[in-house]
Amino acid sequence: MASRVVRITRFNMTSLALGLAFLYLPIVILVIYSFNASRLVTVWGGWSLRWYHEFFNDRAMLEAAWMSLRVAAVSATLATLLGTLAAVGLARGERFRGRALFSGMLYSPLVIPEVISGLSLLLLFVALNAERGFWTVTIAHTTLTMCFVTVVVQSRLTSLDRSLEEAAMDLGCDPVRAFLLVTLPLILPAIAAGWMLAFTLSLDDVVIASFTTGPGSATLPIRIYSEVRLGVKPEINAICTLVIALIAVVIVVASFASKLSSSQGESAAPL
Amino acid sequence: MSARRIFARPARFAAIAPYLWMVLFFLVPFGFVLKISLSQTAIAQPPYTPVFDLAEGWQAFTAALSQLSFENFKLLISDNLYILSYLRSLVVAVTSTLILLLIGYPIAYGMARLPQRWQGVAMTLVIVPFWTSFLIRIYAWINILQHDGLLNKILLTLHIVPAPVVWLSTDSAMYLGIVYSYLPFMILPLYATLAKMDTSLLEAANDLGASPREAFWLVTFPLSLPGVGAGALLCFIPIVGEFVIPDLLAGSDSLMIGQTLWLEFFTNKDWPVASAAAVALLVLLVPPLLLYDRLQRRQLEGGR
Repeated sequence: MASRVVRITRFNMTSLALGLAFLYLPIVILVIYSFNASRLVTVWGGWSLRWYHEFFNDRAMLEAAWMSLRVAAVSATLATLLGTLAAVGLARGERFRGRALFSGMLYSPLVIPEVISGLSLLLLFVALNAERGFWTVTIAHTTLTMCFVTVVVQSRLTSLDRSLEEAAMDLGCDPVRAFLLVTLPLILPAIAAGWMLAFTLSLDDVVIASFTTGPGSATLPIRIYSEVRLGVKPEINAICTLVIALIAVVIVVASFASKLSSSQGESAAPL
Repeated sequence: MSARRIFARPARFAAIAPYLWMVLFFLVPFGFVLKISLSQTAIAQPPYTPVFDLAEGWQAFTAALSQLSFENFKLLISDNLYILSYLRSLVVAVTSTLILLLIGYPIAYGMARLPQRWQGVAMTLVIVPFWTSFLIRIYAWINILQHDGLLNKILLTLHIVPAPVVWLSTDSAMYLGIVYSYLPFMILPLYATLAKMDTSLLEAANDLGASPREAFWLVTFPLSLPGVGAGALLCFIPIVGEFVIPDLLAGSDSLMIGQTLWLEFFTNKDWPVASAAAVALLVLLVPPLLLYDRLQRRQLEGGR
């Protein structure tokens, strides 16, 4: 019996509980304070929606939020398309010329410091004489987030039972149809998870967006960041809570969708 | 000679578009960083010379080549500011990675020992904060750490400190922020190796008379080393170039290299020096990056 040596000790439970509390408490406190009526961030003045009201009257913030949402939606969609294709190439392409370079280019942006990616993309855009704004930020975010999509989808593809594809081909499907009819439905949860991840990463990024955006088209994180540098403002608490709520909705919807689509009951690992 | 081989051809075709995309938007930009790091600063738009114009052909290229200078790199080596910020980045990254290991390991171990159905729940709980905005989570800490913030209030109420403590703009705040942000990156690879581990090895160790402590150090820990390596690299590499966390939480008297680069670029508008700093940072990160690439490939492609 495994239970004799592999058991949960009090130490295990305590460290796990403390770890989770450490991860969640700051967020919970932030959400609570966003409903604080007082202008002083640290004094509790009763529940109020005042700061949400303030945000919805703040044109500059709203514009930044709209810009961020558009960038996130477009770049996540492009990244999902490109990332899935890349994952298929890596997981099913066997050996091909330039494979090592390809996987190196796809894995390294996951860890390369953002200041480097941001600077290098900006220099490219300047050299190409591209007007900086929505599209440059979108391209930059697509480049970064497609790598995350590739990892998520590739790990699903490698764990997939390949005999299903092979059976479809034995029964007369050509490879493209076998992929569309058999493989694609099976990896759909991972693709959905990849899109979500790309969307939230784009919605979160300050550094790369700061480098690649142009005057007059700041994203929400850039605005939040410049406000935060000046100190804590109650309105920022409200905006942050709204972003958290939006991300929570995206996660819930997508995990629900992935449960529906994976009839085998295998849920997609979010990362 | 099977379906597998036939399937591989269109799969390779699928890779063409993302391949071209990454070459254009990931590889080529590094060429520009390298080139501009060898250019001279100028008060112009864009602020550097020589400006390289493809339309002028090969001659312009060789002419530009002769104007390249290593001045920016000489500056990097001769000016204390840069060397100090490199050293600080390394110290911060090593220290944070060690703290992350010390905190992350017990948590990952606790997760791996949970009953099967709770493991999924625990994993989701660890991942969800990673999904919520990183900037927001740092901001949440500023809320707590500021002069009349929650932490000082609690400490004062409990009479642990006589007067409010300055937390913001200190190294402790920065380390706290880094550990907080990168904890999921440390826990997940550790948990992945610990959960995969064959527990019958522990029973064998037990049968052979090892105490639980000995079994941990002789069996569990050595077997978890790939996870330790993956987690450490996944944290170390981005922390070296971290910008937002030190900028918001640490003091301004000593900068990390990411901050120096940002300063040169946005404040001093010195693109060539910023590019030279980026090249130097990248060179520093090449060995850990190669190691990480190998681990990642082994994990995703099953080590074949």
